[in-house]
Amino acid sequence: MTAERAGTPRRRRRWAAALVVAAATTVVGAPAALAATTAADQTCTPDGSTSCIAVLVLDQDNAHVAGAEAVITGPEDFDETVTTTEDGLPAVATKTVGTYTIALDEGTLPADAHLAEGAASSIQVTAQLGSTSRAAFRVGDEAAPAPGASPGSGGSSGSQSEASSSGGIQAAQVWQQIGSGLRFGLLLALASIGLSLIYGTTKLSSFSHGEQVTLGAVLAYLTMNVMGLPIWLGAIITLAVCGATGWAQDAGIWRPLRRRGTPTVQLMIVTIGLSIALQFLIQLLIGAGTQRILTNNPSSWTVGPVTLTVVSWVSMIISVVVLAGVAWFLTRTRIGQATRAVSDNSALAAATGIDPDKIIRIVWVLATTLAGLGGMMLGMVFGSFNWQMGLQLLLLMFAAVTLGGLGTAFGALIGSLVIGMVVELSNLVLPSDLRYATALLILILVLLVRPQGILGRRERIG
Amino acid sequence: MELSRILSQVLGELIAPTTAAYALAAIGLNLHFGYTGLLNMGQAGFMLLGAYGFAISTIAGAGFFLALAIAIVAGALFALVLGIPTLKLRGDYLAIVTISAAEILRMIGRSTVFNDQTGGSSGLTGNSFKNTFLDLSFLTDGTTQFGPWTYQNNGSNSWWIRLVAWSVVLFAVLVVWLLTRSPWGRVLKGIREDEDAVRALGKNVYSYKMQALILGGVAGAVAGVLFCLPRAVQPDSMGRSMTFFIWTILLLGGAATIWGPVVGSMIFFGVYMLLRAGMRVALPDAISSAQIEQIGGMVVGITLMCLVIFRPQGIFGDKKELAFDAR
Repeated sequence: MTAERAGTPRRRRRWAAALVVAAATTVVGAPAALAATTAADQTCTPDGSTSCIAVLVLDQDNAHVAGAEAVITGPEDFDETVTTTEDGLPAVATKTVGTYTIALDEGTLPADAHLAEGAASSIQVTAQLGSTSRAAFRVGDEAAPAPGASPGSGGSSGSQSEASSSGGIQAAQVWQQIGSGLRFGLLLALASIGLSLIYGTTKLSSFSHGEQVTLGAVLAYLTMNVMGLPIWLGAIITLAVCGATGWAQDAGIWRPLRRRGTPTVQLMIVTIGLSIALQFLIQLLIGAGTQRILTNNPSSWTVGPVTLTVVSWVSMIISVVVLAGVAWFLTRTRIGQATRAVSDNSALAAATGIDPDKIIRIVWVLATTLAGLGGMMLGMVFGSFNWQMGLQLLLLMFAAVTLGGLGTAFGALIGSLVIGMVVELSNLVLPSDLRYATALLILILVLLVRPQGILGRRERIG
Repeated sequence: MELSRILSQVLGELIAPTTAAYALAAIGLNLHFGYTGLLNMGQAGFMLLGAYGFAISTIAGAGFFLALAIAIVAGALFALVLGIPTLKLRGDYLAIVTISAAEILRMIGRSTVFNDQTGGSSGLTGNSFKNTFLDLSFLTDGTTQFGPWTYQNNGSNSWWIRLVAWSVVLFAVLVVWLLTRSPWGRVLKGIREDEDAVRALGKNVYSYKMQALILGGVAGAVAGVLFCLPRAVQPDSMGRSMTFFIWTILLLGGAATIWGPVVGSMIFFGVYMLLRAGMRVALPDAISSAQIEQIGGMVVGITLMCLVIFRPQGIFGDKKELAFDAR
């Protein structure tokens, strides 16, 4: 592996002319200067804003196998095909940090070569700015782990990069991840504030809130992609339907059950049932595969050291505006103040003339609308989504809400930002398939050290 | 003809090893929730840990009983680790922590980092770990018919697995029956009804809750071993839906009853199969098999909702013994 790596830059240069795949989709709309460098020399040179993903297929003697095709897919609709050659390291360039999946087309392997038994035909690598991530497949009977297949290779192969100092690369990566973390945190906050408000006013941990998030993405997909409506109209319909589901849920299920005095734990299990039913309903609607809301190629903006897609920036701005609006609503309007009063002490609020049922109805509509907005924008920002999106986010929302303090809306905001940051920054040191696990670990640690969360009060933990 | 085929499928589900595994997991959950009032939302995590503990140690060369012991210890340790921070807190904290911990386990299991041990998301194939179990069989090779059921004596889908699985379930039922009649069991029920009253009697509530959590967790770990024996260890098949199915089974049969989890599991899988096989026969062209699975899943969710709303005590349960309003 070491010898092979030493020889790589020379091979790559020799091979440069043959490299045809020039990251067409990512180049579109990227800043012109950067695009020019990538396109001109036709090879992938990692620098401060470019990351390379290289594919190689090795036989048992570490010789390269030529002619195999591999499809590289990744965030923001990245989809490229590379063909391996005898002495080169075919690579594609990308501007987006994240996890890429390299799927080897086993049909294109030479007749005498086949993947070792049990070896994966697809590898995930983490692309990092200023370095080349390599995915290596090994053919032959020996099931030795292919070199470079481990996610850590992204970091170690940073030594290949022709950028100046490793310190600078690190800083660029960190900034990029902070940008992604902020984006994820803001969108997560939209979803988790609703969860927190529901908990605050009804003491219910709603397990079906994840499906409310997925519903936002599903409706956006159905209106904008399937029906082809303009984005603004699709968004309005999506939000209206999401809000209506909250209203209908409260009117049809939660209010009657509150009237009966059903204990909260029982209600929580009802939300689990609802969550299961909604998951399968969503699968019936859109199928089990991944779907895309926006079908056009994303363009990106660079602000300072952070490069994100335009959709991401717009989503972040919308999130900030909406979150500020929610904050204003909760602190300045009468209904918002009444909401906080009900959260604080429902009986006392009722005694002062507030109708808790009315407030809870408003909270449900607000919560499902915000979750729908969050889900719609997350679906756009991530490029694609599937029926599991909300399911995966639900525990992150719980983590955010618990971290911030159960039932406090502003705690949910802070908690979401922290969780978003942690999830994206953990990408730097951990393989990306463990990034959600770090957030959940934080949740458990918070409960150990400070169970009431950052903004929670001691009395709430019971 | 179709009718008899459906019927034999349903009858097959009633005694399937998977049904036994779910029943055992539900017995463990019954100790947690039914008797002690603990909201464990991560029973699938205990099962996954048991399955991994058994499979990985077998692949490493351990014999059957050592591997089983490792699975049991893994389940007990997991319960201990989860219980220490959460048992002093309110019930829904335990719910959130257990569901998160189970998810962490699943993510670690399917992560590429531990590919050599866990096989990543594709998991560990059954042939790599089940031979120590199959070698223990004292049945002669061949096929035996018993009533409507015909299976091979030995192998992955055999009488041997069924025999062992249901024996373990019966043993667990016996243990739970003895435990809940004992003074220890009465303390557990006391904790469920009124924690403070039990504390006032000088009992260490935390310790009792921990014992119940560990005991139920061990049942879950053994259930995980039973679950993986006829198939492979696949982390994604042992996620949250599994936990929720176990809850549905427990609430269907009736929490805080001795036979509730067992009968609940049989009814759940019997009806689930009847529903899907029935749809397949009645609407062969109208819907695809994927849609049948999805509709089946929706029915499970709606059943759980209706069950909790309209008959929270389940089929056998006593409404007075419900733990729903416990803390």
